[in-house]
Amino acid sequence: MYQYIFRRILVFIPMLFALTIIVFALLKAAPGDPYSKILDPDLDPSVLEEAREAKGYNDPIPVQYFRWLSMAAQGDFGESIRYVGRDVSELILSRLPNTLYLGVFSLFVTLIVAIPIGIYSARNPYSPLDYFATGFGFFGLAVPNFFFGLVAIYLFAIQLGWFPSQGYISVSNSGGFGGFLDRLHHLVLPGLTLGLASTASYMRYMRSEVLTVLGSDYIRTARAKGLTERTVLYKHTLRNALIPIITLFGFEFGAIVSGAVITEGVFTFPGIGMLLLESIGNRDYPVIMALTLMFGLFILVGNLIADILYSIVDPRIRYD
Amino acid sequence: MMETNEQLSVNPNVPDQISNKAQKGKTPLQLAFGRFKKNKAAMVSVFVLLFIILAIIAAPLLTDHDPEKSNLLMVEQGPSSEHILGTDSSGRDIFARLLYGGRISLIIGFSAMIFTLIIGVILGSIAGYYGGKIDSIIMRAADMMLILPFLLLVLVIVSIIPKVTISIFVTIIALTSWPSLTRIVRGTFLSLREQEFVLGAKAIGASDLRIIFKHFIPNAIGPIVVNATLMMASYIIAESALSFIGFGIQQPTPTWGNMISEAQNLRILENQPEAWIPPGMAILITVLCINFIGDGLRDAFDPKSNKR
Repeated sequence: MYQYIFRRILVFIPMLFALTIIVFALLKAAPGDPYSKILDPDLDPSVLEEAREAKGYNDPIPVQYFRWLSMAAQGDFGESIRYVGRDVSELILSRLPNTLYLGVFSLFVTLIVAIPIGIYSARNPYSPLDYFATGFGFFGLAVPNFFFGLVAIYLFAIQLGWFPSQGYISVSNSGGFGGFLDRLHHLVLPGLTLGLASTASYMRYMRSEVLTVLGSDYIRTARAKGLTERTVLYKHTLRNALIPIITLFGFEFGAIVSGAVITEGVFTFPGIGMLLLESIGNRDYPVIMALTLMFGLFILVGNLIADILYSIVDPRIRYD
Repeated sequence: MMETNEQLSVNPNVPDQISNKAQKGKTPLQLAFGRFKKNKAAMVSVFVLLFIILAIIAAPLLTDHDPEKSNLLMVEQGPSSEHILGTDSSGRDIFARLLYGGRISLIIGFSAMIFTLIIGVILGSIAGYYGGKIDSIIMRAADMMLILPFLLLVLVIVSIIPKVTISIFVTIIALTSWPSLTRIVRGTFLSLREQEFVLGAKAIGASDLRIIFKHFIPNAIGPIVVNATLMMASYIIAESALSFIGFGIQQPTPTWGNMISEAQNLRILENQPEAWIPPGMAILITVLCINFIGDGLRDAFDPKSNKR
């Protein structure tokens, strides 16, 4: 197992390089550069050409790649083109906390709701709560999160006025505990929108896994030899039922990133997802590259953790 | 006799099914179909989905309006006898767009699902059955594809490709989303590989292909079917999400997603819910039906889950 974990970490390094090459290649393949958007007729084209030369846009591709890579490794992604004079890393760092709040809030709600209800549903199939949870699960997986967000804005922000429809804090936010509550107030609609699909899928997987495991022979054996229901549930059932959940957790990182981009777009929530949409619209390459790299790194680390956990919880699986 | 032994070892929980005389002479597929027919939610979904498919096929019979023709004199009209759901911000008939948009959304979801299924099952079987080097090559490739989520990859690719056509869109989806299915198939195969009946099958001289197709895939059919249907549903959602934020299928071609993007205008969001709620509900109902059918199929194919 340790050997496997060690090998898995070794694999992580070339993956990281693959990621940087993918990111760099995708953006080099994009037509145009920031200077092709300047359409001032009085401007001499040679000035633009000089600017390109000075910024290194005419260097050979490998040279550009390694220059970008070595700077990126030091956290230097250059200056944003859209927000003139602002460092990309500073711009991202200013938006990152908002997305982290959003992600943590939604993950917290997801786990608190999904896992206990999933287990309860599996142990009490066809109970009223199970029917409700199953219905909710189907709804949560079927509704596109941007549509749910729009309906939430329409109902709870416009019609009822309970929650703000956009932004992350009020203009009057003065910090302190009141300021924290104000942030939470702004997080409710986007957080529930972002967490809806994962809550539904965790609940569904949890229910079906626990049901499958409870129907298996070794559970019958465990019960037959007189183990308490508690031991059967926590030691025998959950450990087996959690294996697919952990794989799911690894995949979820990508879904959370994608979901955050869409959700932040719907709620004009100023996180890094919104920043990505703005940057793609403005062809702000340094920001796009930095963000894509960051998202990729986040997912790589997530998968690594999921794989390691997978090998810990299921010693039956041989890696040879 | 040999067949019976193998079946017993595959489904140790249901020996009564094999001894049941009434079921003798039926193929597993017929048995599955019989179980599927008893699932009310799935059968209702089949009919609702058929109704939706009929409606979008018969679109020219149901409306005379051209879904792509704008009329700037008739912008953001409320429902009327002429325009059942009113008109959008370019004066296009919303009802016509709803029907024609459904065609695009469903075609994208279905073809991307088939495409992904083919890639995922083949690669997953090879990786899970043979293990070793070929397994690590496939899984590393899968890891590479999984680094960037499909949505992010499409966002960046869209900024390279000026116009995203339906076939490009489907190809991008399939080529970026096979890894999750591959991993699931491989995972199932890996744990099956350790079971005794495989050793038994090998001992009586079954070939690799026979073990994969007769023993592993039938055992993995539950996860594969559940995931294929969930995939098709999620592709419909993904298409709509990308079109919603303006990076999917472009106007004037209607899809359910880019119809909802009308609601990004706060005035339409607040005052003209009939412009964006119908396409949203259409996605919701379609995806719900597909998911119910997927669930029904799982219960039908996998007698182990007949507790549900």
